[in-house]
Amino acid sequence: MNIGQKIIIIGATSAMAKEVARLYAVEKATLYLIARDPSKLETIKRDLKIRGANAVYTASFEANLFETHEALIEQAFETLGFVDTLLIAHGSLPNQELCQTDAIKAIEALNTNGVSFVSLLTYGATKMEQQRSGNIVVITSVAGDRGRQSNYIYGAAKGMVSTFLQGLAQRLSKSGVHVLDIKPGFVDTPMTADFDKGALWAKPKKVAQIIKKRISKKSSSSYTPAFWLYIMMVIKLIPKFLFNKIKL
Amino acid sequence: MIKKLTSWGKYPLIDATINTPSMSQDLVLAKQTGIARGLGRSYGDSALSENIVISERWNHFISFNEDTGELRCEAGVSLDDILTTFVPKGWFLSVTPGTKFVTIGGAIASDVHGKNHHLEGSFSDHVTSLTLITNGQEITCSKEENCDLFRATCGGMGLTGMITEATFKLKPITSAYIKQKVVKANCLETALALFEQHKGVPYSVAWIDCLSTGDNLGRSLLMLGEHAEKGALTTHKDGLLNMPCDMPSFLLNKYTIQAFNSAYYNKQLKEEVNNTIHYDPFFYPLDGINNWNRMYGRNGFTQYQFVIPKEAGKEGLTEILEAIAQSKQGSFLAVLKVFGEGNQNHLSFAMEGYTLALDFKLNDSLFALMDRLDTIVRKYAGRLYLSKDVRMSEEMFKAGYPHWEAFQALRKDYGVDQRYHSLQSKRLGL
Repeated sequence: MNIGQKIIIIGATSAMAKEVARLYAVEKATLYLIARDPSKLETIKRDLKIRGANAVYTASFEANLFETHEALIEQAFETLGFVDTLLIAHGSLPNQELCQTDAIKAIEALNTNGVSFVSLLTYGATKMEQQRSGNIVVITSVAGDRGRQSNYIYGAAKGMVSTFLQGLAQRLSKSGVHVLDIKPGFVDTPMTADFDKGALWAKPKKVAQIIKKRISKKSSSSYTPAFWLYIMMVIKLIPKFLFNKIKL
Repeated sequence: MIKKLTSWGKYPLIDATINTPSMSQDLVLAKQTGIARGLGRSYGDSALSENIVISERWNHFISFNEDTGELRCEAGVSLDDILTTFVPKGWFLSVTPGTKFVTIGGAIASDVHGKNHHLEGSFSDHVTSLTLITNGQEITCSKEENCDLFRATCGGMGLTGMITEATFKLKPITSAYIKQKVVKANCLETALALFEQHKGVPYSVAWIDCLSTGDNLGRSLLMLGEHAEKGALTTHKDGLLNMPCDMPSFLLNKYTIQAFNSAYYNKQLKEEVNNTIHYDPFFYPLDGINNWNRMYGRNGFTQYQFVIPKEAGKEGLTEILEAIAQSKQGSFLAVLKVFGEGNQNHLSFAMEGYTLALDFKLNDSLFALMDRLDTIVRKYAGRLYLSKDVRMSEEMFKAGYPHWEAFQALRKDYGVDQRYHSLQSKRLGL
């Protein structure tokens, strides 16, 4: 049973992370929420307490202030004592066109969506390794599977995180820590508010239910919902000469 | 961004600019015009406009008083979410419509009613306070504070501003189950007598076979219920079935509907059946099928829901049922309910009397039938439910809602009569 789990969520104000937090709150979890905006964190904290969370702690952070990460993780682990799950879900969709001509912007996007994950995971993984149990769950993206002209900066960052997680999963399996790379397809969140939504789009609540189920089953399936495995399989199989001729 | 948008009846389909601001973007919110929209479950054009503000990101609970059952939340929270969270803690909605897929903002703006209207009134009667953004300002109102604005906003179809938060009372329950009694009535007179006989029962509604005629006119199944005392506080499950695409619309015709109605009425052989069922099938029988509106085909459907005063009673209902039976434009879902006293809100639908709701597939001859029904409803001093309406005339509206002038004057006072509007409000001369 999952009653009273202890969970750290980084990027807790993101739509998917918030829905995951709600699912655990109902089961009386103790939650440690980390995000940039303290007023949004406060709104979510109140909401989760009403839904049944045993306790909710909050801390604000900047993804790109890497030097603050160690203390942040230290504080969260110290507060909770034992951590069942560390979920990392922050990020922002960069403007691909701007990044193509402005390297500073491109690097900033890579830092937010990629390097900051490596930084947080480095400290978080060590803690989990010492615990010798628990789950590390990271939200990456199907965009990391193959660079596409419409968002390869974001894709490159997410691809890096996924590759990092592959190695981390192998390393931590020896100490009983489960590493789960969640690659959502299209999710109807504020980050994608400007997209036209078709049949492939999933609601954050649905994605959250899948994530929670995979955590409890120690599944290592990444694609969320699962049908994205097939879509990405096809996209990865398109031969280069053809791929380079199309827009995607 | 501009998108194609329609509501539950799938008619009309329009181009609209869609905004989904978060609550923290209050500056963005303050500048908005057009109409606020929740889950789009109103049937007609009341949540359609060229500029739409969707409340889906305002979905947080704010506070809950475990002693009084008073809940404060953002306006985009759905009844579904409230039930999932609070039924296990022993609380239920004081008033609920026939679907749980509506938001609090929508429930207040439509001032929805449920099967307990005769005893508990409508949704806004349980609202203790609400906050809205109107003309760039955030204003809190209640029966005591800014009472005029409160009376105009509850049932006001979003035309006074954008409801952002509300406080309302939940009611305690000890079980998630409902003790149900289903009684057969072979004609309208019996049905009305049964309503009267069971007026002390908290929940009551009747399904009417609107294609039966003569001695059987108005034959119905009266469904009564009260919260059971025993049983687990289990919440509902997500809908398991889905209508994957529009059904070919010829499948619904007078023969199939007649067959369905007969089968439904005759399925129950006994005069009276008593059982205990979960709240989900009792209150939300259609929520189990996602996208059930696709049953009516690509052209969509509408619901004609009117109320006529109690004294018009049997005579008025008979005249309307006869007109419908004659037209052969059958309706699967014909639901009759007795309303208790109405409230003082400017545009709330409910008034003491009888309300009948009928679903119709849209076709060329339907609007002519509805115009005929309008004449009868008007003759008996009744009115139509704005949340279902997609076609009534300005005259029909103004005759049925005599407080429209006070409502419009208040909108002018707040300087929002040009600011907030829907296709419906323009059609109705508001």
